[in-house]
Formats: sequence, C-alpha cells, structure tokens
Amino acid sequence: MENIFIGIASSLRGFFSGLGVPDLYNDIIMLVVKLVSILVFILVNALWLVYMERRVCAFMQSRLGPIHVGPKGLLQSFADIGKLLGKEIILPKGIDLVVFLLMPVLIFVPPLLIYAVIPFGKDMVAVDMNIGVFYLLAVASLSTILFWAAGWSSNNKYSLIGGMRSVAQMVSYELPLILALLGVIMLTGTLNINQIVNAQNGIWFILTQPIAFLIYFIAGVAETNRTPFCLVEGESEIIAGPYTEYSGMGFAMFFLAEYANVMIISAMCTVMFLGGWLAPFGLDFIPSWLWFFLKMYVMIFIFMWVRWTYPRIRVDQLMGFGWKVLVPLSLANIFVTGVGMYIYRAIGW
Amino acid sequence: MLSDWGAVFIFFAVALAFGAGGIVTSFLIHPRRPTAAKLTTYECGVDTIGPTWVQFKTSYFLYALLFVIFDVETIYLYPWAVKFQSLGLFAFIEMIIFLFILIVGLWYAWKEGALEWK
Repeated sequence: MENIFIGIASSLRGFFSGLGVPDLYNDIIMLVVKLVSILVFILVNALWLVYMERRVCAFMQSRLGPIHVGPKGLLQSFADIGKLLGKEIILPKGIDLVVFLLMPVLIFVPPLLIYAVIPFGKDMVAVDMNIGVFYLLAVASLSTILFWAAGWSSNNKYSLIGGMRSVAQMVSYELPLILALLGVIMLTGTLNINQIVNAQNGIWFILTQPIAFLIYFIAGVAETNRTPFCLVEGESEIIAGPYTEYSGMGFAMFFLAEYANVMIISAMCTVMFLGGWLAPFGLDFIPSWLWFFLKMYVMIFIFMWVRWTYPRIRVDQLMGFGWKVLVPLSLANIFVTGVGMYIYRAIGW
Repeated sequence: MLSDWGAVFIFFAVALAFGAGGIVTSFLIHPRRPTAAKLTTYECGVDTIGPTWVQFKTSYFLYALLFVIFDVETIYLYPWAVKFQSLGLFAFIEMIIFLFILIVGLWYAWKEGALEWK
C-alpha cells in the first residue's frame, strides 16, 4: 500500500522512456500527470468539504443538513456545481469588465501553485523545492490582491468594503503567520518541506513549538477568511464582500478557491507541526499518504469546529489582536526558541 | 532535467487554463437574458447613490506602513533562521539587537496610538 502511487508514477515513467521519449519531455509528462492528480484531489476534496461543512454545521446546530440528494445527501455538492455551471454570469452595469472577469479565472492560481510543494506522502511531492516554505508564503499572500481587485471592479460598495477589509486582514495576519514558521525553520535549518517533515522523526514540532502552532493556526483561520475572522465576507454586514456581484461559475470559482485554501492551511499545519506523513507510535503499517490525509482532516475538522462555535469579531478587535498580541508573541517565540536552543546545547543533550 | 521553476510555470499555466476553462464553459452553456433590474448594482433594493470609486479613508494606513517594515524584516530573518545553528552566538545576539530596534519601533507606534482603529 505504501508505494502504490510512487509505483504507478515510476511504471508510467518507465513506459514512456520505453517508447523512446527523451528525459526532458518525460519529466514534463510526469509533472502533468501529477498536476492532474492534484487537481482531481483538490476538486473531489473541495466538493466533499462543502458537504462536510454543511453536515458538521447542521450537527452543531441540531439540524440535519443536506440529506436528500444521493445517499445521505452525498451528491448535494455535485448537484450544486452542476447548477452553478448552468447559471448566468450576470455582468452588472458599471463594472470594470476585464478585471471583473479576470479575477475568478486567476483566483485558483495561488492555491494550485502552493500544492506543487506540499508533500502528500513519503516522496510524494510534485516539485521538491529547496526554498519550499519561502515560496509557499510568497505565493499565498497573492490571493489578497485578487480579492481586493474583485471587490474594486464590482462597482458595489459592499464589495469595495470587503476588498479593503481583506487587505487590512492580510496586513495584520500575514506577519504572525510568517514569524510563527521561523521557530520551525530555526530548529530544522532548512526551507525544504520534505526535510522539515523528516526532521520531525523523533518529536513533532507541535510539542517543541506549541506557541508557534497556536499562532499559525489563528493566523491561518484569518488568512482563509473564516469565522471568527470572516469580516471580508461577513454576510450579515456586507452581503458577501468581494463576491457580492459574482454569480454562477464566477462565484463557484471563489468558493472552490476558499476550500482549496482551507486544505492548504490544514496541510501546512500537518506538515510543519504534526509530523506530515510520518507515522506516530511506529504505526507504519498504515501508508504515509493515509497518515497525511488523516492528520489533514483532523485539522480541517478543527477549523470547522472553530467556525461554527465562535461569533464574528469586530474590525478593531481584529487589528488589535493581530498587532498587539500575535506579533509580539511570535517575536518572543523566535527569541525563546533561540535561547532555548543555546541552553539545550549547553546542557549537551 | 526539468527545473523547479519550469515545473512551477507549468503549474501556473494549468491553473490559468483551469480557471479560464470553468468560466468559458459556463459562458458557453448558460442562458443570457439580461434585464434592466438584473443588471443593477446589488444593494438593499433601491438604486445605489453616487459613484463607488471614491476616495475614502483607509483606516489601516499606519498598519500598512508597519507591515511593510516588518515584512522586509522577515526577509532578513529567513536566511538567518536557516543558518542559525551554524552561525553561532554572535549572529544570534546581532539579530536580537536588530529585533530589539524594531520592537522599540512597534512599542513607539503603539504608544502613539497608531495601533488603534479609528
């Protein structure tokens, strides 16, 4: 079971080189194969997550949620996506047409670019980049520009406010997110995500960097614009924020990207702090990709739990919490990590 | 060998094609019956008053300034963190001094009320 995906990949590669395909083209073919499987992974999981979110939410509010389409309502998301595909994309008057139509096209680019460096299992990473973490942080912050541009181009005041809020949120929560990961980088001395996972062989970084994990988790919730930090799309105040004027597939793309981002944050928590695809307690008869998947889903469930438990916070609380609590705390974490490592070395463990 | 950035470029192209494919497919199959009421800007049922693209106060201007300062700082911090274990105590103390200067800056901004949402 462990090598099922790697086995498929290497036999495909062998098949193509047997046909006399040069190495470079073979690399490209293999990359496209990986890419398509990642895309399928994202789409299936996003559709499943929409369903799961509705069921979890319903469970927490003592309701049933979707149960009619398919067995236990499992096909509800497929019905939804079919419906959205057939709905008219309304182009309201006064919009900036080019930007308005470009944003749903571009919104899926940052999430997919990030999936390139996420290891789904042992040796299961599309691009094993030596500056993986840095690349990931750089690409992740691009989404904000797209949200802002979508809000700006819609010619709607709610959208504009939503777009502006998304920038405000990024400005306060990007920093703790970046600084929290520094503790892990200091411990491992590498930016390669695979090596960071391998460095957690003895002890997971959630135990050595608990503060960093908490900061990363909170900032991650804020980065994905989910409750309690859902000011960007606070539906009771500004309808749907930047997506207010989007309908049909335009809206669906934003929705898809949001769930792709939720998976990224969960996957990053898993990889950086929960040991990625490493099996805990020597339970390595379960394949590594299944471990990664299980840990990711535990994180996603916690995200949903938080979302349906807490009320939305105010803008001034949002900014205050980011700058007065998380930023000083993450700077202190770097300091404590450094001092701790020197003490650790002095004791001579 | 395909380089890392070549691979990233292929990812970029496919992501773009995926987004464009979704929107274009939808445009090909969805009905198009625009009416005057449908095309109005969404608001609470009445026509929107005044232009949307106005100058308005971005209350987070000072936050944004601080963000730029700290974001540039992280660019220095990352290479340092990678080499932290081999650089020794001297580099660590240097970085503490560097961080201290920035923290004093943050403290000053805080004291002057730049971190209050107005």
